[in-house]
Amino acid sequence: MKLGWSADGEAIESPFQVAITGVGVVSSVGIGKEAFWSGILNSSYSGSRLIDDFDPAQYMNVKEARRADRYNQLGLAASILAMNDAGNPEINPAKAGVWMGTGVGGLTTLESQILICHGRGPDRVSPFLVPMMMANSNAATISMKFGFTNTCQTTATACAAGTQAIGNAAREISSGRATIMLAGGAEVATTPTAIAGFDNMTAASPTATSRPFDAERNGFVMAEGAAVVVLEELSHAVARGAHIYAIVAGYGSNADAHHITAPAPHGAGAIACMERALEDAGLTPSQIAHVNAHGTSTPLNDKGEAEAIDKLFGATRPPVTSIKGALGHTLGAAGAIETVAACLTFENGIIPPTANTVNIDPEMNIDVVIGQPRKLGDGAIISNSFGFGGHNGSLVFTRP
Amino acid sequence: MDDAALFDQFKACAVKVLGVDGDKVVPEANFADDLDADSLDIVELVMELEDSFSIKVDESELEGVDTVGAAFNLVKGKLA
Repeated sequence: MKLGWSADGEAIESPFQVAITGVGVVSSVGIGKEAFWSGILNSSYSGSRLIDDFDPAQYMNVKEARRADRYNQLGLAASILAMNDAGNPEINPAKAGVWMGTGVGGLTTLESQILICHGRGPDRVSPFLVPMMMANSNAATISMKFGFTNTCQTTATACAAGTQAIGNAAREISSGRATIMLAGGAEVATTPTAIAGFDNMTAASPTATSRPFDAERNGFVMAEGAAVVVLEELSHAVARGAHIYAIVAGYGSNADAHHITAPAPHGAGAIACMERALEDAGLTPSQIAHVNAHGTSTPLNDKGEAEAIDKLFGATRPPVTSIKGALGHTLGAAGAIETVAACLTFENGIIPPTANTVNIDPEMNIDVVIGQPRKLGDGAIISNSFGFGGHNGSLVFTRP
Repeated sequence: MDDAALFDQFKACAVKVLGVDGDKVVPEANFADDLDADSLDIVELVMELEDSFSIKVDESELEGVDTVGAAFNLVKGKLA
């Protein structure tokens, strides 16, 4: 990653590289990296993308669970899994921070307390409504869990939040401000009111099938989930002999400045975002071996993203996958879960297929991995997230 | 209802809201020191007690009520 640019426009390289040394994931296809990975290798999924087998008691006591919205419970669990996976590194707490992403925060709590307020009166509203619903509650809970006293922040950029949280956290390390950052995203926006809102804006699939880049795609499938990665300054990770999944080599973010929900025409914002991430990584498009796409299964997103990938990568045609075929859309957690997928793609040397996709939209000139997983070639991985509001984020990962 | 039954009802509220073991809910237990309850926990406990006993407790009545015994006496006084 770059520290920045000089007044003459010269890139200033950072002396600090950012390694990913731990991954934690709580998803509808599995909890923990092994279950998650085998889950996203399946080529078809349907039905609910809720997490039926999540037991908060494995990660927190009864009182902590009662005081945490479900989104926060999932995020905290993911952070514990990630720290365990990283070997629970010893760290000066002042050099360790947290940066989480979420679309809305504790929506389940808010919706239930609104019903209580209107049904039973304002004096029955929980005194924990505010700390449970606020979008920064998950980052705060994680910082308290591990005692990390460096920066602790939350990015709320809809479906780009997970990716942007990890990018922002990586910059804390590449700028020398932190040595370790727990970063990721958590989302449980599957309340009746939120589902109705997405349904009524015709963003959600009426057939509850997520099939990114398919000619028959008709919207996304709402899902819940969380993922956290341990970002660690490379020399610190090497010195303690940590397992390194990947290097966060570049991060780009920008805005479409176009429309509150529709992407900019012809993928213009997505192209510029990926270019920024590649520039930050010092790579050219031909050095990308795989695109982990945003690929929501909505008509507009997938059309624009495919056009952007085609224009930017041209003849290189890196294989593209969207794990939202399997997972559905976890909104502010999606980019974080996809970062874990990118780590495991390096680890296993294969690219998961885009589940449910059978007939790639003939208007798209991209190489979508469908049916069977595909061997990963040499090169870097780029992972995209695009949020309502026109927020774009791209992360570039290289092999350790 | 006798005192023991009332206290069991009180204890059930405390266990539910504060997430503590029932045997820790004894009259001499201090909310902050023994039951790890902060001011927000107390607000929620009072709401639970109001619902359970069909009573109304004003915030001003909680002044100095920092043990289980004192809180139980406050509730009991409302039922008389």
